[in-house]
Amino acid sequence: MGKRYAVLWLPYLLTDWYTKHHLDCADEPLVFTVQLRGRMAVSAVNPHAEQLGVVPQMLLADARAAVPQLNVLSDKPARKDKLLRAIGLWCIRYTPLVAVDTTGCLILDITGCAHLWGGEIAYLQEIDRQLCQRGYQVRSAIASTIGAAWALARYGISGTIVPEGIPEKPLLALPIACLRLELSLVEKLLKLGFRTVGHVIGLPDQVLKRRFGNELVQRLAQTMGKEEEFIIDPLKPVLPYTERLPCLEPIKTAKGIEIAIEKLLDKLCQRLIGEGKGVRKVKLSCYRIDGKITSIEIGTNRASAHVKHLLGLFKQKIAALAPGLGVEVFVLEGISVEDATPVQELLWSGEGSLDQEALAELLDKFKGKDPTCSIRRFLPDEHHWPERSIRLATSLTEKRMIAWGRDRPRPVRILTPPHPVAVTAPIPDYPPMLFRYKGEVHLIKKADGPERIEREWWVEQGEHRDYYYVEDDQGRRYWLFRLGHYQGDRSSNWYVHGFFA
Amino acid sequence: MSRRKETVMKKSGEKSICIAELQNQILQWQGFKQVERKHDGLGLGELEQAFPGNVFPVGALHEFICGNKEEEAASSGFLGSLLSFLIQKDGVVLWISGSDQLFAPAMTSFGLEPDRIIFVQIQKQKDLLWALEEGLKCTAVKVVVAEIQEINFVQSRRLQLVVEKSQVTGLLLRFQPRVLGATTCAVRWHIRPRPSYVQDNMPGVGFPVWEAELLKVKNGQPSRWQLIWKQGNLLVEQLYKAKVSVSTDKRKVG
Repeated sequence: MGKRYAVLWLPYLLTDWYTKHHLDCADEPLVFTVQLRGRMAVSAVNPHAEQLGVVPQMLLADARAAVPQLNVLSDKPARKDKLLRAIGLWCIRYTPLVAVDTTGCLILDITGCAHLWGGEIAYLQEIDRQLCQRGYQVRSAIASTIGAAWALARYGISGTIVPEGIPEKPLLALPIACLRLELSLVEKLLKLGFRTVGHVIGLPDQVLKRRFGNELVQRLAQTMGKEEEFIIDPLKPVLPYTERLPCLEPIKTAKGIEIAIEKLLDKLCQRLIGEGKGVRKVKLSCYRIDGKITSIEIGTNRASAHVKHLLGLFKQKIAALAPGLGVEVFVLEGISVEDATPVQELLWSGEGSLDQEALAELLDKFKGKDPTCSIRRFLPDEHHWPERSIRLATSLTEKRMIAWGRDRPRPVRILTPPHPVAVTAPIPDYPPMLFRYKGEVHLIKKADGPERIEREWWVEQGEHRDYYYVEDDQGRRYWLFRLGHYQGDRSSNWYVHGFFA
Repeated sequence: MSRRKETVMKKSGEKSICIAELQNQILQWQGFKQVERKHDGLGLGELEQAFPGNVFPVGALHEFICGNKEEEAASSGFLGSLLSFLIQKDGVVLWISGSDQLFAPAMTSFGLEPDRIIFVQIQKQKDLLWALEEGLKCTAVKVVVAEIQEINFVQSRRLQLVVEKSQVTGLLLRFQPRVLGATTCAVRWHIRPRPSYVQDNMPGVGFPVWEAELLKVKNGQPSRWQLIWKQGNLLVEQLYKAKVSVSTDKRKVG
């Protein structure tokens, strides 16, 4: 099926907008003005003013001289674009792909949309009618190319519909400016007597190219459908990653649901692979015959378009679905879709690097099975305070920015929070002689320290810690610390914070 | 005469090769698959001589029994040093546990970069076992460490079957197990911390010293060593070694 485009041009956009809100001005000539090189120039006119001979680009003084009863309003630079955008967004009810072009027209990609309104004629009439009701005059056309539709909307008869396959005929009599050319080029062409499209269409491309440059040839080809042209930036990017599966019979078994999911995933993943993307979050909504919707959601650690893996994740959750009397429509929606980083597959299976697909899938499985489980990877952080010396890696492949500290001993196992112990310490800043931990007295034979670690004042307030690496008579090694300074008059707070290997 | 001696020599040579092959087959039936000997052991020196074929069993299950927190720490340290041998340059370790007591930065002192460990914390014992099995199935990880208190024979057999297929090494850290029953683990370790040595009564604590005991080893010799972790090397000193005959008679394997 060929592409179909509609172009809407609102010639009196600004004045229509104004008269819509100020009905008393409806029958008076009205212009908007802007500053143009130090002088006031007309930027938009209404039909009355136009009839009296006022046109855009005219100087305000000239316009006033010609039409003394002119109503003059000052224009804001972005107002027109804003209005056009708003109308474009409103048009999304007619097609998902709407764009605003630089000349102030709305381009609608209506491929496969018009039949919903009963054909292209009814479709265009409906849009015209709706816009007219809202007070905007509109000139519109439908054709197989953006260029042809644009030309007809701007210079042809409003409401023209060019059937598929023959774009040239209605265009031949249109002025040359309908090809969306630069003003200088149009002037040059007119000077040489090329007034209509019909004048240039018969000439060989090489000749036109030599005389007038590439632009004319390209525009001509685009208008005639010899060169493809697309809507480049639609107003609202389509949310596309959705697949539907209607069922003839309501489905209520787990196996049936599984098959449905697999079918949907097949379709979705095929498309994702084609676009080089993968899903991070997928939602399955089941529309039950009693009108209720149940849904399950899965997430992955990295963008994936692997049907088997995603199905595995869904399988873990099928039990959470309540099919009730049966499900009639399944909708699978890729909520978060990311570019999949292509992984270079090894011919032989390498052993464990962090960017392996299988590893990410394994972790997804964990998360799918038990959503409360935590999967963590640690990277060094620039803090000395033990609890803050590590931070969580945000992704599986994140590289560390700084090296791991090796200069200070750190315990293999840590107690959170530190456990208070009773300690006998001889002199200030000497390691303790013995401590009592969980009812057992440990005689300290060897010790290292103190290692003073300050609580970073810009993070939190509190006392520093003096850490000692101690070994008791049986060779058991601990990490003790005293909170704050030694105080002669009262006993200090000692804690055991970890166990060394 | 010389010719006869030669034939005898030849025969005995053939015989030993034959026996070695048979032994190898038995080992394979018992789940020791030495697919190809890429490396002659891990470089653990004397420690490896207790194992069948004088090679540290990779792609098998190891149990580490610890009776208290201090032993758990010592076991973790020894595990860290083992891991640094097991995953040489590249490789990922999956560390599954129910708590977050392991302090990752400490692994640097055992020659292991902590960012190559992925910590998975799962509360439920049942899910933890499931995760362990899934982890062992996955060939993208090289070693899976699991802190698991109880594991019975059936559960361990399941794991053993997985390990045989995937050749991933599983290390189980068992803190105060209530029942120390038979499992299919190839090796059962017990690591205890021992006083460190400091030269000439210098102040400070020396390099970590452990006493490692092999309570059980399939087709190997239960032994006991003193291990010192010193600047990236494991210094091994044998304290005790079971005689071969004793081990086959009295120790039940499996």
